[in-house]
Amino acid sequence: MAGSGNEKLIVNGKRLDGRKLNEMRPISIKSGVIPSADGSAEFKIGDTIAIAGVYGPRKMHPRRLQDSTKAYLNVIYTMDSFATTERNRPGPSRRSKEISMVMKNALSEAIILEKYPNAKIDVFVEVINANAGTRTAAINAASIALADAGIEMKDLVTSIAAGKINGKIALDLFQPEDNFGEGDLPIAIMPRNEKITLMQFDGNLTKKEFKEAMELCKKGCKELYKMQKKAIVKRFKEQGGAE
Amino acid sequence: MTEKINVKHGDIVVPGDILAEGMDFLPSGNAIREDNKIISTSLGLINVKGHVIKVIPLSGRYVPKQRDAVIGKVTDVSKYGWNVEIKSPFEAELNVLDAFARRVDKRVPLTKMIDVGEYVFAEIYDVSKQGYVKLSMKNRPYQKLSGGITIEVSPSKIPRIIGKQGSMIKVLKEYSKCQIIVGQNGWVWVKGDAEKIVALSKAIKLIEEKSHTHGLTDKVKELLTEVKK
Repeated sequence: MAGSGNEKLIVNGKRLDGRKLNEMRPISIKSGVIPSADGSAEFKIGDTIAIAGVYGPRKMHPRRLQDSTKAYLNVIYTMDSFATTERNRPGPSRRSKEISMVMKNALSEAIILEKYPNAKIDVFVEVINANAGTRTAAINAASIALADAGIEMKDLVTSIAAGKINGKIALDLFQPEDNFGEGDLPIAIMPRNEKITLMQFDGNLTKKEFKEAMELCKKGCKELYKMQKKAIVKRFKEQGGAE
Repeated sequence: MTEKINVKHGDIVVPGDILAEGMDFLPSGNAIREDNKIISTSLGLINVKGHVIKVIPLSGRYVPKQRDAVIGKVTDVSKYGWNVEIKSPFEAELNVLDAFARRVDKRVPLTKMIDVGEYVFAEIYDVSKQGYVKLSMKNRPYQKLSGGITIEVSPSKIPRIIGKQGSMIKVLKEYSKCQIIVGQNGWVWVKGDAEKIVALSKAIKLIEEKSHTHGLTDKVKELLTEVKK
């Protein structure tokens, strides 16, 4: 956090991009964007765009990683070199490895892995444009793609971040707020039971502020959940799915 | 305790949807019970029959079930039989003892009977808990498929290709005069004149894309009248 609290991020009660404190950026979701994948989705939130492709369940290679009781979940997160304002080195990095790992943990809680013994499920998420909140966008895209691929899950996973800017709690930070704010709390939940599957935090928050941020996130997730459901069903409604 | 059903026949649901509350209903297909709620585990269509709520998946790979008829591709030959790819997460195995109704001459090499790369039409007679699938070709319609081509479709669209009481497959066979065998795993094998096969594969793709629209049979008939002679 480069936040010193000196930058003005709230002007006349509104944020720099004109949003209210509890407002998310405009969201658009599309499923079935990759024809060769078993399931896929594109998730846009503001300027952040994540595309997820799900392949499988298929045969597990290498075989030594096969598990006869459950499927192996492989999640790979990549941020493209042209995604940020300054070119970032392509290929795996410390950061992408960390995000892949936390995403795997967040998603594996929802997937019924026991249904596919000895198999492997591949989830590839590519961030083609980054403007803060890439890991939450990636999780949202991945969860839609998994449902689209017909993989059995207990619930969808929805994810959003909250943070502190100029001493106030705000939902869904964008780049300047992420850079100059005082805290960032991305969480992922399974909306039905409000089970938390991802929680990361950096910055400074008091106990009260933390609770407020959590509540804000949960509200945001509920809203997102409705949009996710609509997007998943939409593709099949267009085909004339309902008889 | 309150008994409540939240969905009706033909609804599309997503994973995590609460289908019903109370102990009055039973989950089936891609649905599970969690405490006193019935929850959908995949994207699918609702099927309510009495007290049983079933979710029929709309997408996804083929999950092997006992007594399903499938079309498989032989990928390898082992000491005792063949390894068969059936487009599912799990590989199937066809033992020599289960492959033919008649006795097998031990001196004939296995590749002479069924070679790698050939297709077979077989029945699944066992699926273990770990997902090992055993196939059988002992009974009548099951056989090695020589010649012809295979067309790949989504396994969830197979019931549409067959139609109600086989109405659609009847039309396809009658109009194209091809031999057609449909595997539950999403492979359709056809054999016949090249021109007719082209028209037929177009018709099958049409069924896959517009599977739930009205008057589909007429559209398919229209597409195939050119080759019907």
